[in-house]
Amino acid sequence: MAGSRIRERSGTAVPLRGDNIDTDRIIPARYLKAITFEGLEAHLFEDDRQQANARARDSHPLSNPAYAGAAILLVDANFGCGSSREHAPQAIQRRGIRAIVGQSFSEIFFGNAVALGLPCVTVPEATADALMQIAERNPRALFALDLEALRLTVDGQSFEVALSPAARQSFLEGSWDATGLLLDRFDEVRRVAERLPYIAGF
Amino acid sequence: MPATLLQKVWDAHAVRRLPNGQTQLFIGLHLIHEVTTPQAFDMLRARGGRVAFPDRTVATVDHIVPTRDQRRPFADVMAEDMMSALERNCREHGIRLFDLSSGHQGIVHVIGPELGLTQPGMTIACGDSHTSTHGAFGAIAFGIGTSQVRDVLASQCLAIDPLKVRRITVRGRLQPGVYAKDVILEIIRRLGVKGGVGHAYEYGGDTVDRMSMDERMTLCNMSIEGGARVGYVNPDATTFAYLRGRQFAPQGEAFEAACAWWSSMASDRGAPYDDEVVLDAAEIRPTVTWGINPGQSTSIDGSVPSPADVPAADRDSVAEALDFMGFAAGQPLKGTRIDVAFVGSCTNARLSDLREAARVIRGRHVAAHVKALVVPGSQTVRAAAEREGLDRVFADAGFEWRGAGCSMCLAMNPDRLEGRQICASSSNRNFKGRQGSPTGRTLLMSPAMVAAAAIAGELVDVREFVGAELAYGR
Ligand code: SF4
Repeated sequence: MAGSRIRERSGTAVPLRGDNIDTDRIIPARYLKAITFEGLEAHLFEDDRQQANARARDSHPLSNPAYAGAAILLVDANFGCGSSREHAPQAIQRRGIRAIVGQSFSEIFFGNAVALGLPCVTVPEATADALMQIAERNPRALFALDLEALRLTVDGQSFEVALSPAARQSFLEGSWDATGLLLDRFDEVRRVAERLPYIAGF
Repeated sequence: MPATLLQKVWDAHAVRRLPNGQTQLFIGLHLIHEVTTPQAFDMLRARGGRVAFPDRTVATVDHIVPTRDQRRPFADVMAEDMMSALERNCREHGIRLFDLSSGHQGIVHVIGPELGLTQPGMTIACGDSHTSTHGAFGAIAFGIGTSQVRDVLASQCLAIDPLKVRRITVRGRLQPGVYAKDVILEIIRRLGVKGGVGHAYEYGGDTVDRMSMDERMTLCNMSIEGGARVGYVNPDATTFAYLRGRQFAPQGEAFEAACAWWSSMASDRGAPYDDEVVLDAAEIRPTVTWGINPGQSTSIDGSVPSPADVPAADRDSVAEALDFMGFAAGQPLKGTRIDVAFVGSCTNARLSDLREAARVIRGRHVAAHVKALVVPGSQTVRAAAEREGLDRVFADAGFEWRGAGCSMCLAMNPDRLEGRQICASSSNRNFKGRQGSPTGRTLLMSPAMVAAAAIAGELVDVREFVGAELAYGR
């Protein structure tokens, strides 16, 4: 079973500054105690938001009504590090985010996001900062991400973005849900299994 | 052509190149637990799929189990739900489950090796980032998310990008009181929490050669904290001796044949590495984290840095860490008062870890203001420790002796920090909120250092604290 083709993502953007934002912060572990992903979006960045709120109301970008309805999340470096919990990209996606733009992503987070059809593209530090400034100045600015051309346009400016060729192709072809692909040639899977000494019994 | 272990394992398990350039890789062992699988089984069911290789899949329960009262049904209804879902899924798909009544339940990364399920040359996957632990045996072990758990259940394969290999060579003798935990904290401090992105870390050198399997597991466990996708140590005589006679290891003549194959999978002399880093073991001191990621650490005789002392790129994260931790720039680590001491987690809750902690506390008592707990990594570890009388040593010193599980490593069971408590912890993550209180603070260190802090009530240098009683330089 394949996913749908994903060529572009657009909408307003919410800027979230800070390197090394880990998945424990994106979705605290107590909300993993459930057998479905439903309702996770309500707890996205819950502890960070509460701590920010205690200092100044709505000061966390994800609590700020100006960014309600954002489809693009702007982040800094090593976003999504730590725990492999898919609950993190699930919560982000369920909140309405359709793409993430940042300096870099942890690999497990990136892989999880691809598997959900949530593109994570990278930009150099200076571009990340420029994009954040645009969204900070004008929360209604419209961002358009083109995965085919690997460009992000906003405010009449156009920026180059990067995405691994494999992920890009998966999105463009709609093959980001890998299960079907992996089952395509199951006879070959069996052949590999049979020739592995630890399965054959040495 | 000489090749690395990564390359050999990759070649042996590659099914095909996928149209997008990724490799379809066969997974030899799929370990599952209660947290990251219920949704994966549901996705599989929704597509009418079956588990492709149920006999290559093994389950246990660790994250949500209470470590004090383990009677069923659990007091926490949601924990009970997750436990029952795992039982149901395992029953329906014919998957072996090591549950609380099995005598072998425990943290998934502790029981895989101790049952002999984890073997050299294998590919392993588990819906948990610390799957890198299994690399200690010369396996290539991937932490994956729930959709990928579904992929592995359905096809026993992963679609995966190629990796670079960084050789990390550690040379020389470790000082007494310095452990594998200090080595990996030092590696992460030097290379950074994102230094390993895109890489497999291959650990070697005479220091690693002399390490026990328990120590190699500690090393590989935290590879993920350095950003690496996997970490591994080449299999050798230590690996084989550990595996001999374990329940799921090959037996008899098959074991000899297995050793030959395992040896052949090790990296060849002259294998190509993408880069190499060399560390001098003698320079490494007991290490403690002061911040909110595992790279923010210093030796116990060091002090908390000032944002002004660090490269511009790190300034904001140092400032953020000091703010969260409530530490002042320049403050010495030694003497930091602690509220909780936790010996546990997949990093440091094996028998040798418990022995080192016990060595420090024997005949002493936990400081009056400290809550101390020791949580064995598995029922097997717990039973072995009890046979040696370690449970008495801990109880006499004022430590709570618990049942096996993840416990206070993360906030999914009743063991958690409260308010702004500071915890000296042998676990692997000091992220904000990791130990259950959104404002709780975690200081990562070796089990011996946790034990010394528990007794002193504050951070101390374990070398000064117990001196001669420590394990001697390896
Ligand atoms: S002990 Fe901690 S890090 Fe290890 S598997 Fe459990 S929760 Fe994860």
